[in-house]
Amino acid sequence: MDIVSFLIQCLNSVQYGLLLFLVASGLTLIFGIMGVINLAHGSFYMLGAYLAFTLASLTGNLFIALPLGIVLAVAFGYVLEWAFFSYLYQRDHLQQVLMTYGLILVFEELRSILVGDDVHGVTIPGLLDGALPIGNDMTYPVYRLFISAVCLLVAGAMYWVIRRTRLGMMIRAGATNREMVQSLGINVNVLYRLVFALGVALAVLAGMIAAPVSSVYPGMGGQVLIVCFVVVVIGGIGSVKGALVASLLLGFVDTFGKVFWQDAAGVLIYVLMALILLWKPQGLFRAG
Amino acid sequence: MHRRSSPLLSLALATALAWLPAGAHAQTVAGKIKVGFMLPYTGTYAALGTAIENGFRLYVQEQGGKLGGKDVEYFKVDDESDPAKAPENASKLVKRDQVDVVVGTVHSGVQMGIVKVAKENNTLLIIPNAGADEATGPLCGANIFRSSFSNWQPGYAMGQVLAERGMKKVVTLTWKYAAGEQSVKGFKEAFEAKGGKVVKELSLPFPNVEFQALITEVASLKPDAVFVFFAGGGAVKFVKDWQAAGLKDKIPLYGSGFLTDGTLEAQGTAAQGLETTLHYADGLTNARDKTFRTDYARTYKLQPDVYAVQGYDAAQLLAAGANAVKGDMSRKPEVIKAMEAAKVDSPRGVFTLSKAHNPVQDFYLRKVDGRENKVSGVAVKALADPARGCRL
Amino acid sequence: MKPTLSAPPLQDVRRPPWLAALGWLVALAVLAVAPLLLTADSHKFYIELLSKVMIMAIFALSLQLLIGYTGLVSLGHAAYFAMAAYATAMLAPEGGAGNGWLLLLGALGAAGALALVVGALVLRTRGVYFIMVTLAFAQMVYFVFHDTKIAGGSDGTYIYFRPEFSLLRDRPLTVNDPVNFYWLVLVALVLTVVALAVLLRSRFGHALVGIRHNEQRMRAAGYATYRYQLGAFVAGGVFAGLAGYLYAIQFGFVNPEIASWHQSGNAMLMVILGGVGSLAGAVLGAFSFVLLAEWFSTLTKHWQLLMGGFIIVAVALLPRGLVSVPAVLRQRSPRRRGNGGAAGEAAADSHARSREAV
Repeated sequence: MDIVSFLIQCLNSVQYGLLLFLVASGLTLIFGIMGVINLAHGSFYMLGAYLAFTLASLTGNLFIALPLGIVLAVAFGYVLEWAFFSYLYQRDHLQQVLMTYGLILVFEELRSILVGDDVHGVTIPGLLDGALPIGNDMTYPVYRLFISAVCLLVAGAMYWVIRRTRLGMMIRAGATNREMVQSLGINVNVLYRLVFALGVALAVLAGMIAAPVSSVYPGMGGQVLIVCFVVVVIGGIGSVKGALVASLLLGFVDTFGKVFWQDAAGVLIYVLMALILLWKPQGLFRAG
Repeated sequence: MHRRSSPLLSLALATALAWLPAGAHAQTVAGKIKVGFMLPYTGTYAALGTAIENGFRLYVQEQGGKLGGKDVEYFKVDDESDPAKAPENASKLVKRDQVDVVVGTVHSGVQMGIVKVAKENNTLLIIPNAGADEATGPLCGANIFRSSFSNWQPGYAMGQVLAERGMKKVVTLTWKYAAGEQSVKGFKEAFEAKGGKVVKELSLPFPNVEFQALITEVASLKPDAVFVFFAGGGAVKFVKDWQAAGLKDKIPLYGSGFLTDGTLEAQGTAAQGLETTLHYADGLTNARDKTFRTDYARTYKLQPDVYAVQGYDAAQLLAAGANAVKGDMSRKPEVIKAMEAAKVDSPRGVFTLSKAHNPVQDFYLRKVDGRENKVSGVAVKALADPARGCRL
Repeated sequence: MKPTLSAPPLQDVRRPPWLAALGWLVALAVLAVAPLLLTADSHKFYIELLSKVMIMAIFALSLQLLIGYTGLVSLGHAAYFAMAAYATAMLAPEGGAGNGWLLLLGALGAAGALALVVGALVLRTRGVYFIMVTLAFAQMVYFVFHDTKIAGGSDGTYIYFRPEFSLLRDRPLTVNDPVNFYWLVLVALVLTVVALAVLLRSRFGHALVGIRHNEQRMRAAGYATYRYQLGAFVAGGVFAGLAGYLYAIQFGFVNPEIASWHQSGNAMLMVILGGVGSLAGAVLGAFSFVLLAEWFSTLTKHWQLLMGGFIIVAVALLPRGLVSVPAVLRQRSPRRRGNGGAAGEAAADSHARSREAV
């Protein structure tokens, strides 16, 4: 493998990892702070892809569709938390697993009823539809650089919010000790609703920006879901930093695994997870 | 835990509920031909399942709703593209509904389950899509028919085309599952027989769609051409990724027809000009196709595709058998004999069946133009699957 | 909030043992009588369906041992089911009927061995990490069968002849007839329930429940908890193997999808739906889950909507599972108000808990 190919594979790894991070960060926040196992998180990713498809066809431009979609996602997340998820906090994890599994079925069928079962595509906006030459004869798609850039931006924003704002402080406190936060007079219910809506928005955003390069099809949430759980577990539940590290690690293992060890490529991320957990049974990083 | 009446009650209730459908299905209506569809009605392949059923029903409708002079009664089971449930789902049609013929399915893994049940019960089975080579290979049977193709066929056709064009170095890329592997095998057989060389066979786990790593790898190998097998959502993503990586104009991409079938709307500009091989195409000039297309569009308000044609031809095949026995499907050996000898006047062109009951048909070279896979020539005429291992 | 996995509280309801036994006997009677009533040709399908449900019940029971009694939530249980099914397929001769006993031995051995190896590794983790590591190993099994040529790859492999079971030298029992196979499965189910009930009433079983309540306390009391958990894990794997063996024989078709996380998830759903910590719950969960899915799918194409809705409502209203319906009903009756009664019941409950095998 020459240096240019290696470089491009690194770019591939980073891009895949960052996109994974976007989805997984939502999952780890919800899991870490509210203690809710949400199997329907993959459905939010799918929602994002379908939103991108419908909004982009309506407005004609993905760049307009993106903020629109995020607003819708936050609203949806807010309502969903209030109507459904807030009841799950007192439940034990197994019940949460079962209920969110039921939710997946409901979402999939609603999708089938409302939008149908066809496979759809979303066009890459003209501005970003090109390939950057790297080295003498290889190229790298510009849109994928865009994806990576957006993910990095979001990661940076999350870091800033969590580490440097009051809201972030409340989130971190809520992750460590819910009762204490409540007794300090902070409205935990609203806090949780916000965090949940944020988690949904992150997954939806990921689905939206990925839509032009993935396709939009039934069942797309399922594949993403299981990989996200692997990321969250490796990184440490509740740790956004952990999700970032784990996602990137997974991105590299998956990408280079496909190239160098095709027979085992499917199983590598699970082997990785097993090894890490046997070494550090709580994941790489602590919560917060 | 306590065990009062509740579990018992639930058990009784549940068992009783399971009997509810029994009443509806167990009646045998005398004098009807019972056709059981086992197709994907939900999930990624739902559109394909619907197209197949539409095609089948269209033909029967054209015959006045009768085959062999008898009315046709339909039964449906959703196979959910789940191989683990395949045998029991097939049993629903064979044992519960007691159908005369099973028509299904799309997914090869599910197909293997259906084939098992069909063989065990000696039920007539017409495969309207799944290309698993085994069904007309080592696992062929007198009662197993196929109106579609074997995975080997389109690959072989493309392999011949590329060899004839003078390509020497090709890389193949597909999912690591039977359909992909058999398709590549067919390609390799034809291509290397005529002096070409497949320098690398790449694959990724099914249904993984993170192609970037392998696309980069292909580019670094600098082959003369690339042959791929992907279908459905994966095909859409791959073609778009290929273009986005800037390779569309650098390395010619070829594939079995499923790369661009049913996916053109989603693929958009990325698919333009792509050449594939398949036993059906848009723009065929035979009269049968023209009437078929108009009738299908008028009946279903949709454009037909290869799946609809395969469903339509499944009905034609069945008709050949039913007509020979005037609708008396209990005379199986005669039905089978008539089906084996059938010359199906298909929208794809006339085809006959090989000894292993797979279509011997022309494979067209198609080029994507707009939203269509326009036929640009015949890649291989009357291509028959070698049916290795079939003892018919 | 600590992200450790919260185990659901044990069923704190009493039931008179004679009533529980009666319940089981009646259920057994119903199952035994079914094939005598379903004699029409088209009813053979229902016999097969009930056989399949009973196989799933065995699978759910094997998982209940882990989740409900040992407190080990395994999301990779399908691996042992699949391992046994594949072992059966690979050991079965192509030309004729194999020896049912030998195949059973092979299947259980394979499943047990896998469970031993995996268990030894995964029991070093706890809580949700344990769940994920069990899943990881199941995924490895899935990919081995799916991606390699060991047994037909993604298309699966067949068993051409159902095995025979010879008890007396010259009269082998065949199970080709769906009704005979049904009896075989019924016997297997009964044996599984009895075996688990006995196991849970034994010292080993009591230790498991104790470990589930408070592992540290048990360790302080001198128990080698790791060994008990591993024992339970392997036992669970072996019983799952029994289910896998029967599944392989029933349909004669084995496909990697039976090792997928969907299969593991389904088993877990059956256990949770029926009621965690109750053998009857596992059986009930399996029956409800499969039969309801059957029924819903005859109602509409979008049956998954009904199924999802049902699951959500069921868990919302019956957090302790379907098996808690009478208890919930009883709790609404005014009889139970009264402090003394409650205290007395609570004391009796903690004794009853360790006997709450069934």
